Amino acid sequence: MFDGSSAWQLILSGDAALYAIVWLSLVVSLSAVAIATVIGLPLGALLALTRFRGRAALIVLLNGFMGLPPVVVGLTVFLLLSRSGPLGVFGILFTPLAMVIAQALLVVPIIAALTRQTIEDLWLEYRDELTAMNVGPGGRMATLLWDSRFSLITALLAGFGRAAAEVGTVMIVGGNIDGFTRTMTTTIALETSKGNLPLAMGLGLILIALILMINAAAWGVRVWSEQRAG
Amino acid sequence: MRDLSSDLPVRFEGVSLHAGKTPLLDCVSLLISPGAPTLVVGPNGSGKTSLLRLCMGLVTPSAGKVSWGGRHSLGPSRLAMLFQRPVMLRRSVADNVIYGLRKSGMPRKLRTARMEDALARVGLLELASRPARRLSGGEQQRVALARALVREPELLLLDEPTANLDPAATRAVEAIILMAAQSGIKIVMASHDLGQVRRLAADVMFLVRGRLCERTSASDFFDHPSTGEAKAFVRGDLVI
Repeated sequence: MFDGSSAWQLILSGDAALYAIVWLSLVVSLSAVAIATVIGLPLGALLALTRFRGRAALIVLLNGFMGLPPVVVGLTVFLLLSRSGPLGVFGILFTPLAMVIAQALLVVPIIAALTRQTIEDLWLEYRDELTAMNVGPGGRMATLLWDSRFSLITALLAGFGRAAAEVGTVMIVGGNIDGFTRTMTTTIALETSKGNLPLAMGLGLILIALILMINAAAWGVRVWSEQRAG
Repeated sequence: MRDLSSDLPVRFEGVSLHAGKTPLLDCVSLLISPGAPTLVVGPNGSGKTSLLRLCMGLVTPSAGKVSWGGRHSLGPSRLAMLFQRPVMLRRSVADNVIYGLRKSGMPRKLRTARMEDALARVGLLELASRPARRLSGGEQQRVALARALVREPELLLLDEPTANLDPAATRAVEAIILMAAQSGIKIVMASHDLGQVRRLAADVMFLVRGRLCERTSASDFFDHPSTGEAKAFVRGDLVI
C-alpha cells in the first residue's frame, strides 16, 4: 500500500507547492518561537528573581501550562479572533499571523518555565558575588540570562519542537487553506485521511529532517561558544 | 569617577546573627578603621564568614547595629569582597574584569586600559582571552582579586581566599593582597592558617563560637595571648 520510494521522489522533484508548505511551516514556527522568546525569557527571569505572594502558585501554573493542549489553545485563539470575538475587527483569523499568535501562546510557558528554573539555579551561585558588586535588579537579570545562554538554547529548542510538531492549533486558527495556511503537519493529517500515504510520509520525513537540522545547528553554536566562553 | 562618602570606619554595636535558632555571632562590637591588614582568626564555624558578610552588608544582623562611615545603610559602596570559592562569570578573563569595571561605573573608553592594568598586576595578562571558568583555582582567585581591585575599594574583605589553594598559588594571592594593602586599601581577611596570619596580619580579631574573644596586635596575639582559647589556638591545639 505504501511505496516509500515515491515519498523520496516527491522530495527530490522540487515540487513548488511542497516547498511553499515547508516554507510556511518554518516561518510560522520560527516566528512563534521568536515572539515567545522575547516574552518568555524576561518573564522567566523576573519570576526567578522576585518574591511576592502567590509566586509558588504562579510557578505551578506556568509549569502546568507547558502541557497546554494545542486544540484548547487553538479554540481559545479562534474565539478571540473570530468575527464576533473581542479581536475580530482585525480580521486575522485563518491567516498565518493567527497561527503565529496561537503557537507563541503554546511556547511561552515552555520557555518561561525552563528559564525560571535555570535562572533560579544560577542565581544561587551568583547571588553573593553580584550583590557584592552592587549589581542592580536589571543588571542581575541581564547577567544571569547571558551567563545561562547555553542552557537557555535548550529551552528555546524545546519550544521550537513543540511549535513545529503540533497540528491542533494551526488547524483550528489557520483553517488548513490550500496555498495560504497549509503547513506540514496539517497536510500530513489531511493526506493521511485521504489515503495519500506517500505524500504524508514524505512530508513527515522532511519535518523530522528540518527539526534535526535546527537542533544540530543549535548544538554547533553551543559547542562553538562554550569553547570560547567556558 | 565617583563621588562617594567614605564607608570607613565600619562599626559593629552589639551585633548578633542567628540562622534559625543557631547563633552564628553573639553580641560582637568592633571597629574597622583604615590601616594595616586585620586578620579574622578562629576555627571553622567560629563566625568568621558571618562577620565578613555583615561587614559587606550581604546579611542584616538579628540584633545590634552595623554602620559604615556613620551611616546605617549601604548605598553604592567602595567595599569589595572575595569569597572562598570565587564565582567566575561565563566569559573570558578580560570580560570578567571589565564586568567589575562596568558595575563600578567606569566610563567605557577607560575600561580596556584599566582591565589590562589590573590583569598585569595579578600576572594574568597573557590569559586575558581565556574562558575564566577553565582556569585553575589559584588563577580564578587572582581574576577575582583583579575584578575586586578595579572597583578601587577602600575596604577589601577576603573570606579564606587561599583555603583551597596550593602553596605556590597561595603565595601569589598573598603577594597581591600585600600589594593592595600597601596601596592604602584596608584588608580584612578571614583565615584559620596560623602561618598566613603571621605573614599578613598587623592585628587580629580572634573568634570562638561566635564571640569576639580577642582583638589585639598580631605580635601580642602570638606572644601574649590573653585568653585560654587564644593560648591554645596559638600553641596549635585544637580549639573547637
